[in-house]
Amino acid sequence: MLTDQEHMADSGKLLAQFVDRISYLMDIKGGGEWGNLEELLQRVQQLRQSVFDFPESRLFEEIGRIEDRLSFLEDRVAEALSPAEIVNIVRSIQRFTLMDILENVYDSFAELGGEGDCNVDPAVVAARATISRRVKNKVFSHQVMVIGHEKGRGEEYRNGGSAKPWGNDKALRYMKVAETEGIPIHFYIFTPGSFPIEDFPGAAQQIARNIYAMAKLKVPMVSFISEGGSGGAEAVGLSDIRLMASRGYYSVISPEGAAAIEGKIREGERVPRELVDHCARQLKMTAADNLRLGTIDRIVEEPPLGARREDYGFFKRLRYEMIRATDEVILKTKSLRAFRAYALKRQAEEQKGVPDEFHVSISWNLDELEVERLLELRSRKYRQMGVGFFRDQKKSFLPVLGRARELASKGYYDVRYGLLRAHQKNVQKVIEEVSGESSVFLRKMAEPVKAAYDFVFPQPNKPSRPVRAEVLEKKSIFMEDWEGWVPPLANEDRTVTCPNAKKKGCQDLWVPDLYGEFCGVCPSCGHHFPLEYQWYLNNLFDKDSVREFNEHIASGNPLGFDGFEPRLKRDIRRTGRRSSMITFDAKVQGIMVVVAMLFSNFRNGTVGTAEGEKFVRACDRARTTRRPLLAYVHTTGGIRIHEGTLGVVQMPKCTLAVREYIDSGGFYIVVYDNNSYAGPVASFLGCSPYQFAIRSSRIGFAGPRVIRETTGEDVPPDYQSAKNALGRGHIQGIWDRRNFRKNLFEAFIRMGGPNLYYR
Amino acid sequence: MDINLNDLLRRYRSHPFEDYHVETEHTGKISFKVKEGQEVRGPGGKWGQRPGTLLYLLERERNVKKIHATWNGQIAELKREKEGRFVEAGEVILAIRHRLGKEEIMDRILTRVLHIFPAPQRARYLLIPELAQKLEKTSEKGVFIEPGDESLIMSLMKRDTLISYDGPPGVIYKVYFQSGAIVEQGDPLLGICPPDKLRYVQKVIQRIRTEWEE
Repeated sequence: MLTDQEHMADSGKLLAQFVDRISYLMDIKGGGEWGNLEELLQRVQQLRQSVFDFPESRLFEEIGRIEDRLSFLEDRVAEALSPAEIVNIVRSIQRFTLMDILENVYDSFAELGGEGDCNVDPAVVAARATISRRVKNKVFSHQVMVIGHEKGRGEEYRNGGSAKPWGNDKALRYMKVAETEGIPIHFYIFTPGSFPIEDFPGAAQQIARNIYAMAKLKVPMVSFISEGGSGGAEAVGLSDIRLMASRGYYSVISPEGAAAIEGKIREGERVPRELVDHCARQLKMTAADNLRLGTIDRIVEEPPLGARREDYGFFKRLRYEMIRATDEVILKTKSLRAFRAYALKRQAEEQKGVPDEFHVSISWNLDELEVERLLELRSRKYRQMGVGFFRDQKKSFLPVLGRARELASKGYYDVRYGLLRAHQKNVQKVIEEVSGESSVFLRKMAEPVKAAYDFVFPQPNKPSRPVRAEVLEKKSIFMEDWEGWVPPLANEDRTVTCPNAKKKGCQDLWVPDLYGEFCGVCPSCGHHFPLEYQWYLNNLFDKDSVREFNEHIASGNPLGFDGFEPRLKRDIRRTGRRSSMITFDAKVQGIMVVVAMLFSNFRNGTVGTAEGEKFVRACDRARTTRRPLLAYVHTTGGIRIHEGTLGVVQMPKCTLAVREYIDSGGFYIVVYDNNSYAGPVASFLGCSPYQFAIRSSRIGFAGPRVIRETTGEDVPPDYQSAKNALGRGHIQGIWDRRNFRKNLFEAFIRMGGPNLYYR
Repeated sequence: MDINLNDLLRRYRSHPFEDYHVETEHTGKISFKVKEGQEVRGPGGKWGQRPGTLLYLLERERNVKKIHATWNGQIAELKREKEGRFVEAGEVILAIRHRLGKEEIMDRILTRVLHIFPAPQRARYLLIPELAQKLEKTSEKGVFIEPGDESLIMSLMKRDTLISYDGPPGVIYKVYFQSGAIVEQGDPLLGICPPDKLRYVQKVIQRIRTEWEE
């Protein structure tokens, strides 16, 4: 029998829970006005204060009434959760965090690389953990590496799960540890986005490095997304299976950020709530949306209003799902039949709720062949992402023809630069060895063989060193008749002022001079004025050598973003192009290259599914033809927000393609011009070992406004200048536009992998 | 050194302004964006990166140049009659009447009274330890310095050189640099006050500090 006092203590607990539940509802609804929550909260608070003044029966009667009312309100909220409300759930202080998962999903764990606030970056947690399953009353444990963001419970030092560059570096370090030890990695993503600072190792650079490493990490990886904020999420998000919490969000940008851009809200002004709600709906950020778009693999069900810290049922489900996902990744590499049988068994058992036991225990170790298969499956998975969401404007019979042509050219290049070249190299080696070591007697014997060989395999007329030097001496660094192409910018009779005129005393420049003879460069201080992308098409490459491919891949509006279609059409009409990426074959002083170019006139050079696909195909083309790959960034504004997470997944997708190209012995060089920001820099551009910038360009992760709003500190005017990027080690050099062609040619000669055709 | 500080102070009191005349940078057609008496502000932001108020546009060869205020103050002597007309280079077209603050007035007075010892070249400077100690101990009376006294250490590329003072003898009234910081060539290092004027200067500065209302 409970005493009166114990009854009262129970009611005290109940009332405290009511307070939590009401404030949680208020978090979701963004205030206490909806459903008179404020008033209800006051009623509960009053009752808490005067709990001993009431007779027991009346007290419980009152508690019952509040319980009914609260349950009714909770049901109503759960019935129609809007995307903006889901964002509020994710940001609520009552939501579960990574620490809760480590404590409740894993049997034991040891945090690595710091503890609490004594940490490289408290927003990122890495831990060695064990997770166990029961099979026929026997317990089997698995070792895993857990890496993820920790939002904390209101501690300022956690920075709300916003990882600093060195936090992402820590994550990478422990990924490598897991790879060395051969244990699977479980990623948990709880981040509103990466902290946008450029300090070494640099926000964008580090994310790019992480994605590049994850693309070919030789261990199974499973990620779970609760709050997936764009680039920050990708830094620990590339995995073999991506799970997502049913009340989580995964988005290209926060709804507030999207609203500020869409509504053209000025800095410091409040963004209207309706606009935020509207953008949240447009961005298609919920779990169901992401599953439909194919950016995640499975949803982990939460309670209707989202899981909180004490939802042990949810943790049980999460443990089950993580084990199942890891099993599936492992089984797929072993045998497809075993995987299917396993998946069917799981589905059958899940009908009755979260199973307590597994029917089988699977070892999470992979042998070499299985690792190869794992990487191949990962590559295939990411290459498929976003396919079908861009517009393909090729005529119907052409795809078959195109495919046949691709196969034929692959066969040709394999024979030309694979088989024959390998054979040629071997024979050359033998001849060199024999003639090098031999005496006069041996040379006599070797000479005729060499002469015969030279006759059969005449030296191709390729630009070898001495020939090139000759070419350089005779020719200008520009095309012989470079003056033939004058940008339309130059056709104006007026002058402009150099931005450094005050500081460096530059004279006003006459526009036809500036954009004609001076190539848009101030002759006094060297400031580079922006030029159209056509200038580069015409002046950087050999005359008439530019051959565009994949023009038929066109940007679309895959999410049906309101008001985006007319803007897209306007850009198509204005530029005469269908996406912001141009991919083409070209020659630079005789060297054939594959070029991917992002240009500013089309949606400010933003990257969506079409651009991503074109880039991936350019990488593959460069790999097949064994040509160097140049990514010239005229301007990029980041990932196109109107394509939501379909745009975000282009980051891992393109990085994977680049990685495969580089691993195959290619030479990938990136040259930034004007403004290059955000997603692309934090992935497939930033991962290049050779990055250069044209003078006066700016390179960074987030624009100055976002940095100011996130860090609360002013940004120096030259924070993201090429010079500072060079100082921070982001890029390897700054090039003058007038020497672009020469520098590029020299880069081809001096750098790059061994498999290029001219090596 | 025949400056009557009281007169100077009286002058600043009756007219605590300094007029900065704005001249046209080059020829061109002018169109004003401010009115007589309007308050304008100079460049803002931590690095002076936000330009001041737009004063006028100057157009030459279809190049419209925006000219911004470089000082805080009030627009005066605006040559409104030039509006829309062609102006020559170097024509004074308006003035910014800048109200002097306490610190600015003190600076102006001190630069007229003190002998300034400038940095011989761009380097890091430190006071020699004995001098630094003395300055710390005798902040009221000041430290006497004579020509030939070794007073500073110039540190350039990890090489230290002793610098001797070569101005008139006097008392170190003000140290203008932070120990160990880089000082540009020609920037002031020390302000030396003639010994007989020291009490007088201290009194005037104290008066400004306590009585001046901004």
